[in-house]
Amino acid sequence: MTVTTGVPTLIPGRRGAALPFVVGAALVVVMAVLPLLNISIPGILPGATYTPGTLALLSLCMVFAALALSYNLLLGTSGMLSFGHALYFGAGAYGLGLALKLVGVPLWPGVLIALVGGLAIAAFTGAISMRVSGIPFAMVTLAFAQAGSVLVRRNQDVTGGEEGLRLPVDQIPAWLVGVSNTRNLYWVTLVVLVIVYLVVLWVDRSRLGHLAQATRENELRVQVLGLRPYAAKLLVFVAAALCASLAGIAYMLLQSGTQPSAVGADLTITVLVMVVLGGVGFRWGAIVGGVLYTILDQRLTVLARAEWIRDLPDVLRIPLSEPLFLLGVLFILVVMFLPGGIAGTIDAAVRRRRGERTRSQLRQIDDADDAVAEPAAVRA
Amino acid sequence: MSAPILTVSHLSASIAGQQVVEDVSFQVPATGITAVLGRNGVGKTSTIRGILGLISRRGEVTLAGERIDTLPTYRIVQRGVGYVPEDREVFAALTVAENLALAERDKKPRREFVAELFPDLVARRAQLAGTLSGGQQQMVSVARALLNENRILLVDEPTKGLAPKIVGEVAQALQEAAKIVPILLVEQNLDVVRRLADDAIVIAGGRVVHTGKAREILDDDALTTRLLGVSAEAHA
Amino acid sequence: MSSIVLILLTGVGLGALYFLVASGLSLIYGLMHVLNFAHGAFLTLSAFIGWQVAQALGTASWGSFVVSILVGALVGAVFATLTELVLIRPLYERHIEQVLVTVGLSFAAVALFEGIWGTDAVNIAGPAWLKETTEILGARIPNTYWVLMLAAALVLVALVLFLKKTRYGMIIRAGVENRSMVTALGIDVRRSFTLVFAIGGAAAGIGGVLAMHYTTFVSAHLGATLLIFAFIVTVIGGLGSLTGAAIASVLVAVLQQFANVYLSGTGDFIVVVLLAVVLLVRPTGLMGRKA
Repeated sequence: MTVTTGVPTLIPGRRGAALPFVVGAALVVVMAVLPLLNISIPGILPGATYTPGTLALLSLCMVFAALALSYNLLLGTSGMLSFGHALYFGAGAYGLGLALKLVGVPLWPGVLIALVGGLAIAAFTGAISMRVSGIPFAMVTLAFAQAGSVLVRRNQDVTGGEEGLRLPVDQIPAWLVGVSNTRNLYWVTLVVLVIVYLVVLWVDRSRLGHLAQATRENELRVQVLGLRPYAAKLLVFVAAALCASLAGIAYMLLQSGTQPSAVGADLTITVLVMVVLGGVGFRWGAIVGGVLYTILDQRLTVLARAEWIRDLPDVLRIPLSEPLFLLGVLFILVVMFLPGGIAGTIDAAVRRRRGERTRSQLRQIDDADDAVAEPAAVRA
Repeated sequence: MSAPILTVSHLSASIAGQQVVEDVSFQVPATGITAVLGRNGVGKTSTIRGILGLISRRGEVTLAGERIDTLPTYRIVQRGVGYVPEDREVFAALTVAENLALAERDKKPRREFVAELFPDLVARRAQLAGTLSGGQQQMVSVARALLNENRILLVDEPTKGLAPKIVGEVAQALQEAAKIVPILLVEQNLDVVRRLADDAIVIAGGRVVHTGKAREILDDDALTTRLLGVSAEAHA
Repeated sequence: MSSIVLILLTGVGLGALYFLVASGLSLIYGLMHVLNFAHGAFLTLSAFIGWQVAQALGTASWGSFVVSILVGALVGAVFATLTELVLIRPLYERHIEQVLVTVGLSFAAVALFEGIWGTDAVNIAGPAWLKETTEILGARIPNTYWVLMLAAALVLVALVLFLKKTRYGMIIRAGVENRSMVTALGIDVRRSFTLVFAIGGAAAGIGGVLAMHYTTFVSAHLGATLLIFAFIVTVIGGLGSLTGAAIASVLVAVLQQFANVYLSGTGDFIVVVLLAVVLLVRPTGLMGRKA
C-alpha cells in the first residue's frame, strides 16, 4: 500500500526526491527575509510585510501550522483521532508562564520546564488513552482535555482562571518583548516551525514512523508479526504532544499571555479542521491548513464588519458575520466531497495522471477500523 | 436440465483493501445441494459474503436470470436469498422467537414447516438466544433461512464445532430443506458433504479449480488429498 | 445525614439530565458506530426554541412549560433527522468522516446560534415552583431535580417499551449487536439509522429544555459541556447499552456531587478520574460487550 509522504514527487528518481528539500529550504529563506521586505497583499495581509501587525499574523499562522503538523503526526501518520491534543499545547503555554511566575527562572530554563511538563502529561494521558482505540480513544482524549480546561479555569490564583495567565515579562530577554520586537518573535516562531517540521519528518521517515503507519493500516497484522503497536503508537503520541507543547510555548511568547481556551476541546477541533482542510497525511497539507485557517479566520472577522454585510437581510447577514460558521460549513463540504483536503486532492490528481490508484487517508483509517470489526473475515 | 438458479462470473472480493477472492466463476443448479470445498483460508466464506455484498466485490452474480451484484445486501436477500452464516450469528440479546420474527419477510412465513423441523426451538421460544447451546443456535440460524420462500440458501459451515450427534441433526434438517429450495453449502466435514451434496465446487487460492459430482470427487482419493489436503477415507 | 440525602437526590437528578443526553448518544453509537458531536447542537437549539415558545405562552404557567418540552423534543427530532439524512447517510460506512461531519456541524451550529441569539447567556424563567425547594429528611432539594427525574424516568420507560415491543425496536436491538447480519436478513438498516437519530434528538431536545431550567439560563454553549459529560457517561456505561448509560449516568452524577461537596468542588475532575479508572479496568465499559 503506498504510503504518502510530503510533497508529491513530481519528478521521479533521485532528482525528484531532492525536490521537496530544495523547495522547503527555499521557502524557509523567503519566510526569513519577509520582515525586511515591503510586500503588500491587500485583502489578505493587514499591512505590508514589515509591519508588526502583519508579522504578528504571520507568526500566529506559523504557530498554528506547527500545531497542525504535530496533529497530523497523530491523525495522518498513526491514524489516531484525538480530541484532546490542545491539552499539550496549553501545557506548553501555561507551563512556560507558570515556570516563570512560580519558579522565577529566566526564559530558557522555563522553556525546558514547560517541555518536560508537557512530556510528563503526555506520557501519562497517552498511556491511559491507548487502552482503547478508535472512537473510544477519541472520547477519552476529549475527557482529559476537558479536565485540563477545568483545572485551569478553577485555579484562579495560580493560573489566572478565566482571565488567563500573563507572561511575566521581566524574565524574558528584552529583544523578545514589545511591539517593536515583533520581528524577532516572528523569527523565533519560524525557527519553532522548522524544528517541528524536522521532528515530524524524522519520525515519519524513521522505523518508528513506518511501524506507526503499518499499525494505522492493519493493527492485527502488526501484532501478528510480533511487533508492538502499543509502544510505537505511544512514542508517536508523545512526540506529537512535545511538538504541540513547543508550539504552545511559541504561542505564549507571541501573545504575552494565554487563556483557558488554549487547553480545551474547542482548540483541538480547530486544529482538526486545519488538518482536514489541508489534507490528512500530508505534512505540507498541515502547514497549508494551519496558515489558511488562521488567515481566513482573521479576514472573515474583518469582513463581518464590512458595510455591505451590515445592509444585508438577517437571513444572509447572520451566517456571513460568523467566521466560524463559514469555516464549519467549509469543513463539512471538504469532508463530504473532498476528503483528501487540499493536499490530498492535488496529490490524487498527480497520481491519477500517472495511473496510480489513490485512496484518501481518511478512507484508509475507515478501512482499518473495518478490519478490526471483521477479524473472522480477515482470517478467512 | 433446467437453468441454474445462481450464476457467478469472475467474482473478486476484498476486505479492507486486501484481496481475498481472486476470480471465481461457477453455476448452482436449481435443485439439490451444491457443496463448496477447499482448505482453510482459500476464500470460501468470502465468496459467499461477496455474493451477498457483505464485503466489497466485483464481477457478475445472477439470480434466476436477474443481476444482483449491483444491489445492496438487503435487496439481494429480499430477492430470495437465505443466509446461514459461519458462526451462526444469532442475536444473543433477543429471544428465539424474536430471532425468528426478525427474519420473517413473506406475508405468510412458513412457521409450521419450521416448527415441525425444529420442535426444540418451539419449546425454547422465550429463551434468550445467547443462552442456547451451539447446536441449538445453529438450528435457529437454519430456521431463519427457511421461514421465507427463498430461491436459494447460502449455508456456511453449519456443522462447525458441533458434536457428532448434532451434526447429524443439522444434516437431517438441511436434507429436508433441500427438498424445497436449492442450497449452496460450504462445508469442511466431508462425511456431511458425502451425505448431502449432489454437486461440488472446489476452490483453491481464491479461484475455482475443479467442479463435478460430489461423489466422484470424494471417491477420488488422490484428487481429494491434492485439493483439500485430507484423505476422504481417513475422515470416516 | 441530610447532606448525604442531598448529595444522593441531587446526584440522581443530575444523572437524569445526563441520561437524557447520553441515551441518544449510546443508541446512535451502538447501532451506527458514529460519535455524534452534533448532539449538543440539537440540545441547544431545542432549548432556544423551547424558550421562545415558553415566552410566547407565558413563562409562569405549567402548560407552557410542558408545551416547551414537547416543542423541544420535536425540534430535536427534526434537527437530528435532517442531520442524518443530509450529512450522515451519504457517508454510509465511512465512520471517521461521519464523526468529522458531526464535528463540523457542531462547530458551525454554535457559531450560528451566537449570531442569532448573541454570545451572552439569557436568563430564563419558568413556573414558580421550580425555584422552590422540597424538604426530604432534612435536605432541601430544589424542585428542578424532581422534574428531571420524572422526565428521565418517562423517557427511559418509553425507550425500553419501544425497544422491547416494536419491530423497529427489535431491529435496533439486533443491529446494535450485529448490524451486517440484520442486513443479511433482508432489512434496510438505514431506516433504523434515521429513526435512532430522531429518537436521540428528541431525548436530547427534552434534555436541552430541562437543562435550561436547571442552569436557569440558555446560551449557545449550553450543549457543549453537557455533551462532554454525556460522552463520558456513554463510555463508562458501555457504548450501545441503554442500561449501561442509565447506570453510569447516576453513578457519575452522584460521584460528581459527592466530590463537589466533600472534596472542595473537584466534581468535574473526579469524573475524568473515574473514566480513566474504568478504562484501565474494563475498557468496554460497565455493560459494554467484550470486543
